[in-house]
Amino acid sequence: MTDFDARKVAEIHEHLHSHLPSESALRVKALETLLVDKGLVNPQTIDAWVEAYTEEIGPKRGARVVARAWSDPEYRKRLLENAPAAIDEMGYLGKATAHLKVVENTDAVHNLVVCTLCSCYPFSILGIAPAWYKAAAYRSRAVRDPRGVLAEFGVEIDDQVEVRVWDSTAELRYLVMPQRPAGTEGMSEDELAELVTRNSMIGTDRELGGE
Amino acid sequence: MPGSLGKLPERGLILDKSATEALTPLAAVDGQPAFEEAWQAEVLAIADTLVQNGMFSAGEWSDALGAALETAAADGAVDNQETYYRCALQALETLVASNSEIDQQAMAGKREDWEQAYLSTPHGQPVNLKSD
Repeated sequence: MTDFDARKVAEIHEHLHSHLPSESALRVKALETLLVDKGLVNPQTIDAWVEAYTEEIGPKRGARVVARAWSDPEYRKRLLENAPAAIDEMGYLGKATAHLKVVENTDAVHNLVVCTLCSCYPFSILGIAPAWYKAAAYRSRAVRDPRGVLAEFGVEIDDQVEVRVWDSTAELRYLVMPQRPAGTEGMSEDELAELVTRNSMIGTDRELGGE
Repeated sequence: MPGSLGKLPERGLILDKSATEALTPLAAVDGQPAFEEAWQAEVLAIADTLVQNGMFSAGEWSDALGAALETAAADGAVDNQETYYRCALQALETLVASNSEIDQQAMAGKREDWEQAYLSTPHGQPVNLKSD
């Protein structure tokens, strides 16, 4: 009888208490609490970062940089010569873009970006890296079989076109400047930016939609 | 936090690694949210903040994350976002332990405090740690 009551109480307790977060979530909470207690991070900074990167910062900044380069030959030249300075002109410079190189697709060259070590990525202009960019399969195959990876994304590259694979590091990250689609001569920068996909700035997309 | 991850297919008996990898549909996970759960975003937020604050460098973060990912892959962990973010958390804990006064024991203790706080808080009530 007593055993039964104890078990019943445990069941009720189980039902009533707040849902226990996952092991990882508990460890993150523990870490954040300790860092805040020691004054090493500000909880508002963490909340603001999470809100910004889950809701606001996607690849739009990168797309606007590309659209500007398509529209303004002088800006394009500056972007290829010194990407951080050119990105700073648009007010988008962040730590992750302080060391950035822009590589340009042409009729003869297609560029593909990977981080074989972890997932280095210019997140302040492209948002958080997509799931596949962080996958071990992409990190290994992008170097070994770039054309195969591209085919998987529906990008068929002519044998005549050279595929260049750029391995990002924490010290040097890459952004692909895709080719401007034909038939877009009359478009504004805003309209052009709408055509630029996130994947085209990593290199897993090539032919962008135009008119 | 939106969405749940459609996991990459579990691998069966594989004799030819390169052949298997070729079957992994990377494009199939395109379009999935970058975070499946709030803690995953918080891990990157804390790591980025500590890089900005100078506790460790972007290069140290990259090395620690890379080492954790390599170990996970060698251990046969499933190649998905859950694994990636668990490695990121592990890298973050390691770097904090070696660059601050917060050690692994303190982390384990505080984790236990949070678990007890959840277990002792009625459903629907805000969960708070008891003050020390």
